[in-house]
Amino acid sequence: MTGLKGDAAIVGLVELAPVRRPSAPSPMTLEQIALLASRVIEDAGIEPTAVDGIITTRIAESTKFVPSTIVEYLGLPVNYAEFVDLGGANATAGVWRAAAAIELGLCSAVLVVIPGAAESLPTPTRRPAAPTSYFGASSAEFGSPQAEFEIPYGLIGQNVPYAQIARRYGDAYGYDSYALAKIAADQRTNACATPDAVFFGKKITVEDVLASPIIADPIHMLEVVMPCQGGAGVLVVNRELAAQSKHRPAWVTGFGERVTNKSLAYAKDLLVTPMEAAAQRAFAMANIGPGEVDLVSLYDCYTITVLMTLEDAGFCPRGEGARFVRDHDLTFRGDFPLNTAGGQLSFGQAGAAGGMHHVCDAVRQIMGRAGDAQLKQCATAFVSGNGGIMSEQIALILQGER
Amino acid sequence: MNTPLPDPTPLTMPFWEGLRGHRIRIQYSPSADRYVFYPRAVTPGTLANDLEWREISGAATLITYAIAQRPTAPPWQDSTPQILAVLEWTEGPRFTSSIVDADPPALSVGMQMEPVFMDDADTDLTLLYYRPAKVQGVRPRFG
Repeated sequence: MTGLKGDAAIVGLVELAPVRRPSAPSPMTLEQIALLASRVIEDAGIEPTAVDGIITTRIAESTKFVPSTIVEYLGLPVNYAEFVDLGGANATAGVWRAAAAIELGLCSAVLVVIPGAAESLPTPTRRPAAPTSYFGASSAEFGSPQAEFEIPYGLIGQNVPYAQIARRYGDAYGYDSYALAKIAADQRTNACATPDAVFFGKKITVEDVLASPIIADPIHMLEVVMPCQGGAGVLVVNRELAAQSKHRPAWVTGFGERVTNKSLAYAKDLLVTPMEAAAQRAFAMANIGPGEVDLVSLYDCYTITVLMTLEDAGFCPRGEGARFVRDHDLTFRGDFPLNTAGGQLSFGQAGAAGGMHHVCDAVRQIMGRAGDAQLKQCATAFVSGNGGIMSEQIALILQGER
Repeated sequence: MNTPLPDPTPLTMPFWEGLRGHRIRIQYSPSADRYVFYPRAVTPGTLANDLEWREISGAATLITYAIAQRPTAPPWQDSTPQILAVLEWTEGPRFTSSIVDADPPALSVGMQMEPVFMDDADTDLTLLYYRPAKVQGVRPRFG
């Protein structure tokens, strides 16, 4: 098996408390990135000038030359300037790319920070705001297959395609609404032990989830993420810098990435997600199996995403996810801790930074910084990233020792 | 608010010209022996540059669907519930459409579906909707 040797580690993290309805405009995205970078470097206890690599994602201020724009703003020249565009998989994509650049000897410290939602940005006063995409469609431009063959029929947004996947899954294996709702309820228990979570202090039961309105049958409102303002990031460093850091390093020992399609209609098989291939690669690279994982932090835009990821990552056989969820306590006190800070469903989804929540969840647990939700032991964590409609997926394995 | 219309490119135009005549023409690769949708410059997977246009029957299987009780975007605010579907033509490719002339509880995955051509009054565009076929055969196997 080729891949990472496990010589790069996450040594610092920042995750802003999500804000559901900001009372004032957020900073511009360049400013958010700079503030997140400052905090994550301080958290790691590393000199800013040690940073020599950067992973970037979309910013509001420019569609071109994004990495150099950010490098210039930060005043930190780099040997590796990456721009990733894998949606909810961006954080996991950034972490493995950073680790690879470090293991190649290109970099000693790589910044991976993602600003939060763009809805609350300041608006210009002397010129019209740039046109936004067509009701949030990811590609409504002339010539885009989505614009020509989907949007005219009304296929816009995420709720409908995820409901389509859920229905297809239910037709094949049966749809256990109780088990899907239990994922949301157990994660809420975790959020209630995490003061920064947007739903801290707001306990819910399975019955509450099932009683919430149907958004797109069979998905209930409490099974859908809440968009928030926020932002998050990590610093990935080499062995030398890891030895100087303040926290227990979280070593990046395995990853797998698989991208198969953009729109749901063109998935080869709706019942086999790219996670199957991604997770197999990640486990083989780290030379461990699913049974050796202490914490699972899975991308949870919807509960069906969690259920199918549990199956395709190998934690239970395909079609048995609902039974697995019923048989296990998914809370931080339970026998299968999952999304111990609440997941995006209950911590809040900070826009494009949402995927970073799961990296931060795993790193906090490995570092022993999860507060009331801290696991007794967390040596190995499995993290998933998910972009598009379960069509761009990444598995990541982080370990306290190697 | 009007719903958005497709804006064909030179390459995709034969598909839309077919729909205007209430025929479904999609691409076929002789070397891959496979139909292709949406229209492309080369065959996905093999990258063979041998795509040709062929007419297909339009008969399709309902792979999955979702019922949106709230409009997916403002242009559809008077069209709820929207039934959005992934379908598979008998000839192979899958595509997105919306289901009309159907009672949502009567729908099921695996149903046989038939095309409904809807001409736009103001342009030369025709959209391809689907409805349950009057005769339902044996459900085929698919993933």
